Amino acid sequence: MSNTIHDMGGMHGFGPVEPEPNEPVFHAPWEGRVFAMQRALGSAAGLWSIDGGRASMEVLPPLTYLAASYYQRWFLGLEKRVVAYGLAGADELAAGHSLHPVAPLKRIFTVADAAKPPVRGNFERPSTAPAKFKPGDRVRTKNINPTTHTRLPRYARDKEGVVEAIRGCHVYPDTAALDIHDENPQWLYTVVFTGKELWGEDADPAIKVSIEAFEPYLLPA
Amino acid sequence: MAEHDHDHDHSDPEHSELSDIQLRVRALETILTEKGYVDPAALDQIVESYETKIGPKNGARLVARAWIDPDFKAALLKDATEAANSLGHVSPVGSHLIAVENTPQTHNLVVCTLCSCYPWEVLGLPPVWYKSAPYRSRAVIDPKGVLGDFGVTLPADTEIRIWDSTAETRFIVLPMRPPGTENWSEERLADLVTRDCMIGTGLPTPEAG
Repeated sequence: MSNTIHDMGGMHGFGPVEPEPNEPVFHAPWEGRVFAMQRALGSAAGLWSIDGGRASMEVLPPLTYLAASYYQRWFLGLEKRVVAYGLAGADELAAGHSLHPVAPLKRIFTVADAAKPPVRGNFERPSTAPAKFKPGDRVRTKNINPTTHTRLPRYARDKEGVVEAIRGCHVYPDTAALDIHDENPQWLYTVVFTGKELWGEDADPAIKVSIEAFEPYLLPA
Repeated sequence: MAEHDHDHDHSDPEHSELSDIQLRVRALETILTEKGYVDPAALDQIVESYETKIGPKNGARLVARAWIDPDFKAALLKDATEAANSLGHVSPVGSHLIAVENTPQTHNLVVCTLCSCYPWEVLGLPPVWYKSAPYRSRAVIDPKGVLGDFGVTLPADTEIRIWDSTAETRFIVLPMRPPGTENWSEERLADLVTRDCMIGTGLPTPEAG
C-alpha cells in the first residue's frame, strides 16, 4: 500500500528529533538477531526483493507501525514474509519449533559469506529504451495513489521540478515489490523541487528538496 | 492479515502485536535454524561485523582524504563508490554511493522519508533518530527546525538542500573543512568528522577533535 503511515514527509506533530548520545548499534541482543536473520534470508534465499521487504512493513496497521521500534517493524515484516513464502507456518511460530517437513532453500547464508565484508547489491540494469529526460528538463510528477508499493512520496506527487541528474536504469520498486523476478528496469533521476512548489507560499525560500524519481513517475512539464 | 492469526488482544496495539517480541524473535530463529534456513554462527558474525567493523570511520576517511587531496575530492564527487573503493583502507562500497558537497552557499541534509535508507557501508547502521517519525516527517518541510534540534544554526542566506533517499542511490555529505585545521594530518582530520556531519545534521568543529 502506498498511502500509509510510513510515508511521513511533511507531517506535523511528531515532536523534536532526539539524538541519543553514545548510542549503541543494537539496543538489545534480539535487535541484532532480527537484523542478522533479515540479512541472511534477504541476501541468500532470493525469495523477496528489498522493496518486498519494505512493503511488508508498510502494510502494518498504522497504530502498530507508530508504536513499534525500527527493529520491531523489521521483525513483524520478517514474520509476515516467513509465513507468506512458506518458510514457516503460523502454527510453528506459535509452537516455537519446526513442525513440518522442510522445503530446501536455493542458498543459505553461510559463515563464509558472513566473513566477507558486506557490500550492497547493484540495482542498476541494462536499459531497454533511451531515457526520456535529461538534466535541466522540467518535469511534473504524476498524481498516483496505488494500493501497492511505490517510492513516490505523497508530498512530491503532482509537483513540478527539474531533472538534476540521471542515475542509470534501475530495478523498479513498484513491480519488484510484488515479485522479485519482475524487475522491470526504469530510468532513475534526481528531481529537485523548490520549497514553494512543495509546501506553498509560506515555505522557507532557502530550501530545495530532491527525490530519486523513476521515469514512470514523471511527465514532461 | 498474517499477524492477525495470533491470538492477541487488539484493543491496545502496543501490547498485542508488540508483546513478547524477544520471545518471538527467539522462536523464529529456532524454527529457521531447525529447518536449516539460517546458521546461527553466520548470524553471530553479521551482528559482530556491524557492531565492530562497519561504521562512520569509513566515511570519515573519505572526507578527510577529500579535504587534503583535490584529485580525490573530484573523484569522490564524480563517483563516490569508485573513489571509496580506490582507497585500500576503507571497506568495500557497493553501487550508487553519491557524495554531495557542502559549500558556503549550500548545506546538504540526507533523509529517507519512506523508510530509513542510509549508506551503511560508510556510516554503519543508522541511529534511532534517523529512523524516527520526527526526523522523517520534518526534514523535508522544516530542515532548519531539525538542525536546531542538533544545535546547528546556518547563516540565513545558506540554501538547504534536502536529499530524500527514495531509491537505491545512497548519499553521504562532504562537509566543509573547518578553518584552523590547515596543518592537520589526515588521521586527525578524520577524527573531526562525525556521523552527523556526513548526514548533514552536524558540522565539524576543531573543538570536537
